[in-house]
Amino acid sequence: MDILRDHNWVLSVGTFLPLAGVLVMLFIPKAEEQLQKAVALITALATLGVGVYTLTLFNYDRAGEMQFVAQTNWISVIKSTYYIGIDGISLPLYILSMVITVLVMIYSWDHIPSPGNPKAFLMLMLVLQTGMAGTFISQDLILFFVFFELVLLPMYFMIGVWGGENRQYASLKFFLYTMFGSALMLVAFLALFFKTGAESFAIPYLVENGGAIAKNTQVWIFAGMFIGFAVKVPMFPFHTWLPDAHTQAPTQGSVILAAVLLKLGTYGFIRIAIPMLPDAAMEWAPYIGLLSVIGIIYGALGCLAQTDMKRLIAFSSVAHMGFVMLGISTLTSFGMNAAVFGMVAHGLITGMLFFVAGSVKERYHTLEIARLSGMLKQVPHLAWILGFCVMASLGLPGLAGFWGEFPAILSAYSPMEGLSETTFRIYMVIAAMGTVLAAAYLLWLFQRTAFGEPTAEFGGSTSDAHGHDDHSDHDDAHHSDIHDVTIYEWVAWTPLLIGIVLFGVMPNLLFKLIDPAVAAIVTQIGG
Amino acid sequence: MLSTLFAAADWAAPTIDYHAIAPEIIVAAGICVVLLADLFIADRSKWLLSTVAGFTLLGAFIPVLTLALSDGGPRSLFDGRYAIDDFSLVLKGLFLLSAYVIVLLSTTHIEEGDYYQGEYWVLMLSSILGMMMMTSSRDLISIFVALEFLSIPAYMLAAWRKRDAKSNEAGVKYFLLGVFASAVMLYGMSLLYGVANSTLLSDLASEISGDLTAIRVLAVVFVVVGFAFKVSAVPFHTWAPDTYEGAPTPVTAFLSVASKAAGFVALVTVLYVAVPGAADVWQPLIWVLAALTMTVGNVMALRQTNIVRMLAYSSIAQGGFILMPLAVAAEGNSSAAVLRSVVTYLIVYAATNLGMFGIILAVSRKTRSGELASFGGLFSYAPGLGALATIFLASLAGIPPLAGWIGKFSAFQAVLEAGTTWGYVLAVIGAVNSVIAFGYYGNVMREMWMRPVPNGDTSAIATPAPLKLALGITGLATLALGILPGVALHFGDIAVFSSAFGG
Repeated sequence: MDILRDHNWVLSVGTFLPLAGVLVMLFIPKAEEQLQKAVALITALATLGVGVYTLTLFNYDRAGEMQFVAQTNWISVIKSTYYIGIDGISLPLYILSMVITVLVMIYSWDHIPSPGNPKAFLMLMLVLQTGMAGTFISQDLILFFVFFELVLLPMYFMIGVWGGENRQYASLKFFLYTMFGSALMLVAFLALFFKTGAESFAIPYLVENGGAIAKNTQVWIFAGMFIGFAVKVPMFPFHTWLPDAHTQAPTQGSVILAAVLLKLGTYGFIRIAIPMLPDAAMEWAPYIGLLSVIGIIYGALGCLAQTDMKRLIAFSSVAHMGFVMLGISTLTSFGMNAAVFGMVAHGLITGMLFFVAGSVKERYHTLEIARLSGMLKQVPHLAWILGFCVMASLGLPGLAGFWGEFPAILSAYSPMEGLSETTFRIYMVIAAMGTVLAAAYLLWLFQRTAFGEPTAEFGGSTSDAHGHDDHSDHDDAHHSDIHDVTIYEWVAWTPLLIGIVLFGVMPNLLFKLIDPAVAAIVTQIGG
Repeated sequence: MLSTLFAAADWAAPTIDYHAIAPEIIVAAGICVVLLADLFIADRSKWLLSTVAGFTLLGAFIPVLTLALSDGGPRSLFDGRYAIDDFSLVLKGLFLLSAYVIVLLSTTHIEEGDYYQGEYWVLMLSSILGMMMMTSSRDLISIFVALEFLSIPAYMLAAWRKRDAKSNEAGVKYFLLGVFASAVMLYGMSLLYGVANSTLLSDLASEISGDLTAIRVLAVVFVVVGFAFKVSAVPFHTWAPDTYEGAPTPVTAFLSVASKAAGFVALVTVLYVAVPGAADVWQPLIWVLAALTMTVGNVMALRQTNIVRMLAYSSIAQGGFILMPLAVAAEGNSSAAVLRSVVTYLIVYAATNLGMFGIILAVSRKTRSGELASFGGLFSYAPGLGALATIFLASLAGIPPLAGWIGKFSAFQAVLEAGTTWGYVLAVIGAVNSVIAFGYYGNVMREMWMRPVPNGDTSAIATPAPLKLALGITGLATLALGILPGVALHFGDIAVFSSAFGG
């Protein structure tokens, strides 16, 4: 097993390097904004470098096993250790978090949201990165919990300080929801710990011994974890914090939230709740499936009702995470493969959509769909990128979104043995209808914002029925902001766009990695 | 002549282990030095007194260390009425270090105010001495003496600003309710003595067990209620908010950390050593007290607009969390985990809460106000203080990786380890409460980070050096204990009585 422990420093370095950057930034005066940005970006790049190095060292033939495993004493009194490792499920998410952080840093180079203070903003972002990466590599429940919580405060401040008009309400709502979930989750973790003999908090140990707990108890423990993770995903009916948080968060916050933070919840289901409590998972699966399809339809209908572009994208996240959870609820290897792929694809696509929404807001000072029009004429590149993401998001074959959505629906056709086929086939039909609705709201969004003529308000042609020459003079201040994609945006976005195409054309790049790890988990539940 | 008297009474001087009580002797000597020096030094040199007080405390810490490192096992003095074991040493260390931080917090405040400096330090040291005695007392009488020794100076400290009506109110309320609590407890103790014919805690343990008669039940209830006043558990908490608000801020820090901890020490000693056999009586009582204390403290804290008052209610709620595991102390084999959790919680709570009071002292030097709104925009003009305050508040809310989380965690762990239904219910109540708590801690964070500066006054805050040192110590402790929680838990773990349940 030595090969699995070789180079086990890379994960720790990759996780904690951002904190070194934070320390350095602490000693740079606030006024040196360019230097602050440079240090933050270099830190993020270096972290990504460590991540890429991890990719090169990773043994792809044994993606189903934990690699780079390190275990040292941490809190020996409560039998918790600093125990980390990475397998085919965590690896893509771990790298995704690093990539997103780098891109967000690049984007921040000329997009520090009001009220400024890049020092604090970027420091929080680096702390956030440590929390995200740490969650994906933790192999100990307490360690997992600490990292899981570490992301809370930075995000709270990011929304609350740098967010939109209603930021204080949104940030508090985000925080209270998540904290409520994690408090119950912690109680569930402890109950699990004692029920398995109070021996260890190590995830592999608990996976091995959790199944022996009486079914009735399992169901209760699962309930606690379910609330913790479902709030984070978010699943219907725990989703109400998400539209507010997304709408009010600064672009960078939205991107990180959509691309990585939501995945902490689904990841928790796959890594912790389901393999540790297989009997309870069987009991809960139909209900999780039900809530998922409700989420799919509810999210889609919610989208159709939105007048704000960012809020629409936020609701689409509810629908997309519904597909991910549907895949998980089948408890099959096929479904979970789809789910993990869906997590990565959603991260790339929705992250990208939030970038676009942020740039639209910056140019037009509004995200009201009714006021936007003719973007293709005014900002053709930006509008095309929006179109591209819309296509990816609605699950067009050939782009990454397809491989998350389609197999998830398909997997509901034959759920794990022991689960009701009829129920899941009904779910399948409903979910399939959800994709139609998704096409509807996404294309409608694109149509209304990108097609047609630019409105007079934003300097459209004077032939517009309501337009007057003198009126457009009045709005000169507005027009000067409207420009096409800048160089920083290109640099920040290109990797995401490439990723969407690459994983769309060659899904096997990811499936090959995910499949063995998922198989190992499904074996635990006896599938 | 005296010797003949002794001989007639057949009295032999007890052998005294001076090493064992060296910490107490040093503090007692410090009290005398401060008292005498105060008489002879000029007003402008009174600042020396705070230095003497600080060094006394640090000096007393040295024998605590040497005792902890000597491997003679637990030492027992005066027929087992005074014990120097790991429990008492860990808590003595905690009291001395907290008191040192409180000295740092007080120094500038007391110097700048028009107060009697010398007496302030004398009273503070006396109170600390009482706390140290409390950790070692294993006899009803010495517990009572220690309790009064630590309380009476505290009453006077609360009324320190004698020309201020609020401060007087604080002192009087604290005094009246404190004396009332003492009376109730003393009555309970007298019943215990009547039953057992001994004041030695370990003698009581054998008498108060098995079939409990009404008088035994009554005795235990009275003693627990008496301590409930001291730790400001709901519904015996009514003195705390007014006292905390009216007392000078460093004194409030002292009351809410050290004095409260001393109450818990006494409660734990009595429950674990004297009446473990009456667990069926006090466990439900503490269960109710803990649930009420957490919930009422939190809900009331949500409504406060004055930050000190908010912290008063927050400290009540935190007390509920410390009580929580005691409600299952005798179930299964959870007693060690419960004791560990109480001690761990006291350690992290001391570090964090003292830090937060340091922040309030620093900010109020500029704003001269205790209103929550005076924290508006703190992060924008004093990022250092703002970030530190955020760390303390997040720690109080129990968010990892800051010290507070390990306190909450170990409390939950202890409750769940018991494995009883009541334990699970209490854990869920605690979990919900820890979310409510963020409502008010988050409120302060929101003021600091997201609200405008009141009156647009963004002039810098001048933090005096002792205050800086105090903030540095507590900030570092809050971070370190959170990231390496094993340290706090370790001290909690060794602080087990030699005579816990069945042990």
